[in-house]
Amino acid sequence: MRNFEFHRPQSVADAVTLLKGNDAAKLLAGGQSLLPILKLDLAQPSDLVSLAKIPGLKEIRSEGGDRGDLVIGALVTHDEVASSPEVRQRIPGLAALAGGIGDAQIRNRGTIGGSLAHADPAADYPAAVLALGATIVTDRRSIAADDYFTGLFQTALGADEIITAVRFPVPERSAYAKFPHPASKYAVVGVMVAKTAGGVRVAVTGAGSKVFRLTALEQALTENFAWRAASAVEVPPGDLRTGGESSPEYLAHLVQVMAKRAIQACQ
Amino acid sequence: MATISLKVNEKSHVVDVEARTLLVELLREHLRLTGTHVGCDTSQCGACTVWVDGKSVKSCAMLAVEADGAAVTTIEGLSGNGKLHPMQTAFHTCHGLQCGFCTPGMVMRATELIQRNPNPTEDEVRHGLEGNLCRCTGYHNIVKAVLTAAETVRGGAQ
Repeated sequence: MRNFEFHRPQSVADAVTLLKGNDAAKLLAGGQSLLPILKLDLAQPSDLVSLAKIPGLKEIRSEGGDRGDLVIGALVTHDEVASSPEVRQRIPGLAALAGGIGDAQIRNRGTIGGSLAHADPAADYPAAVLALGATIVTDRRSIAADDYFTGLFQTALGADEIITAVRFPVPERSAYAKFPHPASKYAVVGVMVAKTAGGVRVAVTGAGSKVFRLTALEQALTENFAWRAASAVEVPPGDLRTGGESSPEYLAHLVQVMAKRAIQACQ
Repeated sequence: MATISLKVNEKSHVVDVEARTLLVELLREHLRLTGTHVGCDTSQCGACTVWVDGKSVKSCAMLAVEADGAAVTTIEGLSGNGKLHPMQTAFHTCHGLQCGFCTPGMVMRATELIQRNPNPTEDEVRHGLEGNLCRCTGYHNIVKAVLTAAETVRGGAQ
């Protein structure tokens, strides 16, 4: 690993200042994706800006009472989401998803903000954020999940923009089902289904170059919330990745199966 | 170079490290605590698992500078007064190891597991050890050891 300058700013504003005008600087949250990347020299930042000492990024809170949004700070770890009584009570599907990310050691370090900034196409959180219609809150604006994921490892974030929290509307029901890669525990395919007063949203991770919604299935489930609806769903071929160890036909089939399991888990 | 201060196995240390120094390099090469093993160095095998502020982490996937101000516990700090921790005893009596390379990480993760869940099911033990790879045992005796240690600790026996 190449050496770098290490910074531990005490405020988000100081962190932004360190990033500004320095294309070779990178943010460090839990480091569970970034450290392996650095060790392989796939990235060679001149400066690492750690968010660990910034207060206020580790809170989980409900805003606006029982029906209000659930807000999770950017530095909250996967384990903290999985074991939070508040998340388990209000969005049990999200707590269960977080409890299945990677392995226990990774869940003890990895953070929701880090995962979303990294935007791995096979990560679990993007499915939750997109299906639940969450909002990514940064130091300067709020970004709807539908506008956030722009491509393979690409997001709408500016180069010096920092995620501070994620705001989740609370659904009536939600559940996530994934077929994990046996070695990495990343999703070969993962499907999150969320039933809200305004309709159903379905998001798929792992199967494409970025997380995507299944609008045809959303419409079918909004009319009739039954797992059999997933049998008829066709995944747009352009959404599926090619060239890996899984054929598009296999991935499309897995999407159907994981969707059925997620719908059943919502019952 | 950065100067960091941390506690390792209850002992305070102030050390100068390069920013890129991994926590496992600090433990093994600077502090000569070689009980923590480097297996894959790609953060997959869990042989380097230690506790940072009581939580198990892969010390090859964390920078030493990130541990500034933290309390780290390694396999050397698990036993006290020359007496094995019940988890270590259970790995011994249940034959939960063959070559032993993965064992320090297994023991650290498994001990955190039963602290948080004193009465785990076999399924919870297997799920909880997903971040620790063993290439010898097939895991059966490791799982048996963890369940045995949990029972011992629940019974209050040492």
